[in-house]
Amino acid sequence: MNEIDRNIINHMQNDFPVCETPFAVMAEQLNLDEEVLIKHVQALLDDGTLSRFGPLYNIEKLGGKYCLVAMSVPQHDIESVIEVVNSYPEVAHNYERDHDFNIWFVLAAETISEIEDVLAKIETKTSYKTYDMPKLDEFYVGLKFDV
Amino acid sequence: MYNDYKLELDDIDRKIIEATQAGLPVTARPYHAIAKKLELDPELVIQRVRQLQENGIIRRIGVVPNHYKLGYRANGMTVWDVPDEMIIDCGNKVGALDFVSHCYHRPRHLPDWPYNLFAMVHAHDRETTNQYIDRIANILGDANRQHTVLYSTRILKKTGMRIGNLQ
Repeated sequence: MNEIDRNIINHMQNDFPVCETPFAVMAEQLNLDEEVLIKHVQALLDDGTLSRFGPLYNIEKLGGKYCLVAMSVPQHDIESVIEVVNSYPEVAHNYERDHDFNIWFVLAAETISEIEDVLAKIETKTSYKTYDMPKLDEFYVGLKFDV
Repeated sequence: MYNDYKLELDDIDRKIIEATQAGLPVTARPYHAIAKKLELDPELVIQRVRQLQENGIIRRIGVVPNHYKLGYRANGMTVWDVPDEMIIDCGNKVGALDFVSHCYHRPRHLPDWPYNLFAMVHAHDRETTNQYIDRIANILGDANRQHTVLYSTRILKKTGMRIGNLQ
């Protein structure tokens, strides 16, 4: 990674301008040519150093309900429980973690009752308890990764 | 206890959100490119994007690095048991740390799950993550009754949350 790439990563994670020629504005701040900047951003996207470029939406503000859910499942049953949990399209992502509470997934649905319904079904099918942990307060979201 | 926001959006906002949620075109005039695709006036697109930023629907605009690729491989979910009456103060302090990416208050489930403050921390290795955990513990002081860290061992599903049927 060269100096230009480092500058892009360190200075372009926030505040990309909203105007006719935002790359030109950004390029001036970074002391680069507009064309060079565009080329480097595209290359960083192409090689996977950047996972995306654009606006990051707070999707909870667009309606819909989200809930983090944990389960504590013994190892001998974990694969079958994972299969049940993952079978619901409302499960957006699911991680195994190294703790007694070893299954952690996020449910996304239109309404609270849909979320409650999916949790009830998972409990019935797996006979393990689900622990819903919806956000009560948000203190911070967003991290700047420096290189 | 669930999150419940309602904001007035019209068809133009929805079209812009749908057209940009996967990203902006990497061209000299990205908002114009979006406007052209949606057959809208570029000035209107720029104005609406600014409005979406102002009301917090857009959190930020920029590049999103792949943190694994940048060497951040020790990503731990730290969880803390702090007194409920101190949660706001504790959350704000922990959320302000530069190595914390997400910081939330979530409900306990006693007696199984005593933790009510969640903070995701990111570092290149677990040794550094442990130093970060010590720093959080120091900042919380007596408010921290117990804590632990959970590392992910497997991604079981990752479809990502896309904006579907906007109301």
